[in-house]
Amino acid sequence: MNNWKMVTLIGEDQPGIVARTTDALYQNGLALGETSMMRLGGNFSMMMMVSGEGDLNAVLAPVAEELNLRVHVDVIAGRLHQHVAPNIQIRVMGADQPGIVAKVTGALAVSGFNILELESDVAGTAQDPVYIMTIQGVSEKAAEELQQAVDALGEEGVDVTVSAIETLFA
Amino acid sequence: MAILEILKIPDARLKQISEPVERFDDALHAFVADLEDTRQVGPAAVGIAAPQVGHFQRVVILDCSQTHKPVPNHGHLILVNPEIIHWDGFELGREGCLSVPDYTGNVIRAARIKLVAQDLQGHSHEYEMIDYEARALQHEVDHLDGLLFLDRVVSRRADLFQRKVYQKGGNKKKKA
Repeated sequence: MNNWKMVTLIGEDQPGIVARTTDALYQNGLALGETSMMRLGGNFSMMMMVSGEGDLNAVLAPVAEELNLRVHVDVIAGRLHQHVAPNIQIRVMGADQPGIVAKVTGALAVSGFNILELESDVAGTAQDPVYIMTIQGVSEKAAEELQQAVDALGEEGVDVTVSAIETLFA
Repeated sequence: MAILEILKIPDARLKQISEPVERFDDALHAFVADLEDTRQVGPAAVGIAAPQVGHFQRVVILDCSQTHKPVPNHGHLILVNPEIIHWDGFELGREGCLSVPDYTGNVIRAARIKLVAQDLQGHSHEYEMIDYEARALQHEVDHLDGLLFLDRVVSRRADLFQRKVYQKGGNKKKKA
């Protein structure tokens, strides 16, 4: 096996975080697999599958200190080429209020829906924040059934739209 | 019958622009038969373009009649020298490709198109396509121009609310 680890780094956003971090890994003979990196609320967050030998905390310590990043390393059982194609997309938009994510995903979980990807953001203004979330995942139940499940929440002012994804394969 | 080898990334030949077909002869017919055989083996693809097998002529096969959920379609089409002459609307959709194993991505495509194409005898036809079939055709025509869906993948965050879908959800909500 490739000895995969999941490395999580977060820190205040600034130019060069990705370049410096991945260069430290590369210079120490480590390789990247699937990664997700994004700025969230002024912080930059990185999640990376990393393979290879060595103490990742030690490898990343100099960069982490210099750029003020926090590093977390987990040994994982993951592998590459385990992609699952989503067949359902859910868009949620509404006036920001506590519990939107919990309620929507709760209704979906009861229906056996498996989330592959979830991204959410707060748009609008500080006075009138709007919560926007997109979810992609896998469901054995049809989009209409999931739509009923989330509609039954009866959330005022929150639009939840479930649609099927038919991936074009050509 | 012959199964042709599918070019896969990072093969630079996938970037080559294909030439128009000028002769509608036996060689063309034989090639299209092989291209169809190649489309049929392996993972079921709704379309295939000649350059995907290293044959750089403007030929595409499209068949959206066998999708998981039925979609509006024109059945099995052999499209020679296809040219999109009108685009309308846009939609985000997920695409995969015989030439790009183990990867899918979101791509914005026109929701409705008109195209002209010749058949195997060289006769011209005009088609109007919508939604999934329109997407598939645009994906294939891109191959003829040396483009892959990878060249058009949008950020996962750059999602777009499709007006049509959004209104449907909104109306449903009000009735409830």
